[in-house]
Amino acid sequence: MNRITKLFKEKKNNILSIYYTAGYPGLGDTIAIANALEKAGADMLEIGFPYSDPVADGPVIQASSKHALDQGMDLNLLFEQLKELRKTVTIPVLLMGYVNPVLQYGVERFCEACAQVGVDGCIVPDLPMVEYEEFYKDTFLKYGLSNVFLVTPQTSVERIHKIDSLSNGFIYLLSSSATTGQNLQVSDTTAAYFSRIAAMELNNPTMIGFGISSKETFDKACKYANGGIIGTAFVKSLSSDKLNENIDAFMKMFRA
Amino acid sequence: MNYFVNEKGYYGDFGGAYIPEMLYPNVEELRQNYLKIIGDPSFQQEFHHLLKDYVGRPSPLYLAKRLSKKYNANIFLKREDLNHTGAHKINNTIGQILLAEKLGKKRIIAETGAGQHGVATATVCALRGLECVVYMGEIDIQRQAPNVARMKMLGAKVVSAVSGSKTLKDATNEAMRDWINNPVDTHYIIGSVVGPHPYPDMVSIFQSVISEETKKQLLEQTGNDQPDYVLACVGGGSNAMGMFYHFIDDEKVKLIAVEAGGKGVDTGFSAATTFLGKEGVLHGSRSILMQTADGQVVEPHSVSAGLDYPGIGPQHAHLFKTHRAKYVSITDDESLQAGLLCTQMEGIIPAIESAHALAYLEKMEFKGGENVVVCLSGRGDKDMDTYMKYFGF
Ligand SMILES: Cc1ncc(COP(=O)(O)O)c(C=O)c1O
Repeated sequence: MNRITKLFKEKKNNILSIYYTAGYPGLGDTIAIANALEKAGADMLEIGFPYSDPVADGPVIQASSKHALDQGMDLNLLFEQLKELRKTVTIPVLLMGYVNPVLQYGVERFCEACAQVGVDGCIVPDLPMVEYEEFYKDTFLKYGLSNVFLVTPQTSVERIHKIDSLSNGFIYLLSSSATTGQNLQVSDTTAAYFSRIAAMELNNPTMIGFGISSKETFDKACKYANGGIIGTAFVKSLSSDKLNENIDAFMKMFRA
Repeated sequence: MNYFVNEKGYYGDFGGAYIPEMLYPNVEELRQNYLKIIGDPSFQQEFHHLLKDYVGRPSPLYLAKRLSKKYNANIFLKREDLNHTGAHKINNTIGQILLAEKLGKKRIIAETGAGQHGVATATVCALRGLECVVYMGEIDIQRQAPNVARMKMLGAKVVSAVSGSKTLKDATNEAMRDWINNPVDTHYIIGSVVGPHPYPDMVSIFQSVISEETKKQLLEQTGNDQPDYVLACVGGGSNAMGMFYHFIDDEKVKLIAVEAGGKGVDTGFSAATTFLGKEGVLHGSRSILMQTADGQVVEPHSVSAGLDYPGIGPQHAHLFKTHRAKYVSITDDESLQAGLLCTQMEGIIPAIESAHALAYLEKMEFKGGENVVVCLSGRGDKDMDTYMKYFGF
């Protein structure tokens, strides 16, 4: 069974997923960060492969992506590094990034490489659902990969059902329509939106992301979904010196 | 061969809507409504009224006698430089602001390179009383200072894009981020035939007035509405699409799209997309773009800010791949020389973008008597600084 499916089968709440950009802060930190996060209590990892024009990202992840690219990170190097992944890391791992690098690498080749290194799924925000269904789905399934779609407060009920039918891992709920790095504020309307989704009884579990930066906002996310995803706040906390200590300190906020 | 968009939003292999879910509701709303709104007689009436009495259309088709003599062909200049605000860009912004109003939007955002699209957007926002935010690369803000001042005077907020190469591509990223963060009452007026479907089609429809008029004017002036050649410069490709539009299905008319070669196609300082690019996805559509083997977008170079873009619209990619149009490139130096030549032989100072199209005349061979239309997409006022520095005036 795919590790993502297994995770959600075994754990229903309080699931903590952490995003970080491959190649940041150090070009060679990819596996070290994964190990430290698993040890400190992360349930799932999203490793970003950097892109020059990340339109869905705010300044912090933009900067980490640029830094990673400047240092020479690309998909070839990332897959090379990820050969070490499953020697130590046991939790589910997704790759997250934009569609153009995947297209240039080759969709089939990309999926095959994911499967070979033990990546369980992908989040490609600018890959449209229609394209996925028509051209990518079969390849993703052939290699046992989950594909994760985003849902925003503006996504229609009809479309959410369609997304649910095409998903095979979890659905990524955005707290609001926003680029990454805004603060999660659960206003009445967001609460109503989260409750509305919860009431839809979707086939797939849900994770709330974008703007979770504290224990308080993480707990709010867990109230409405199976867990929360932290990206910007974690990336912001990283620095090259004392990598492990910093990760431990960050994770203590959530896993005391 | 179908050169226009199909029901799935594609031009052959190119187009589509590669956008994150956050943009989907807005783009889908546009997709479902744009043809209906544009086709409505009351929309058409208001659009054409504004084009006539506000923009000053039809723009003249001028037979440039001295250039014609020099090149041994009838060189017609389609005078988009005479439009209000000085370029073709306003044809599109008038159309889109009316459409945004019909969709009930209250706030307008735009990206700009040379500042012409920013000015054209700020202008229509002032005209209709809508809030306007324009994203512009930090480098372009410096090299197009007069247009920045115009936008501010028109009441727009100009936001400097400081990411990436700090030019048009990055301004476009910032505008898309703004739209993601303002999902309900904002309309994004994209300035060229780029972006997710339906933008390329919508913008080309608004710009198609250029070729619609040209056909009529050619018929009046020459007795034949079929030119031998049509030339236009290509940044994202909107003036070219407007200039080609009504000639595309007439294969006897040769279409020539002129890209910015920068310091030379092989110098590493170029924006000649079809020469240097590969198929991929940029700014929401599948097209041809300049990129590394790893799919990172390459920073382009051109002396003209309006052509300093690493991609082309998906319809251009299709016209290129099917060989319906010929894509050529002109260097910075060649374009500046052509700008000077046009100025001194015809008394018209062209935008450096448009001068790229003029420069290609040097490379063509005519038998004599051919009718050649060049889209003079804009006037050169905004470029005086560059011209002055280059020629030492
Ligand atoms: C005068 C002029 N011509 C051409 C362009 C290039 O745009 P497009 O290729 O969309 O016509 C610009 C863009 O700013 C412009 O100002």
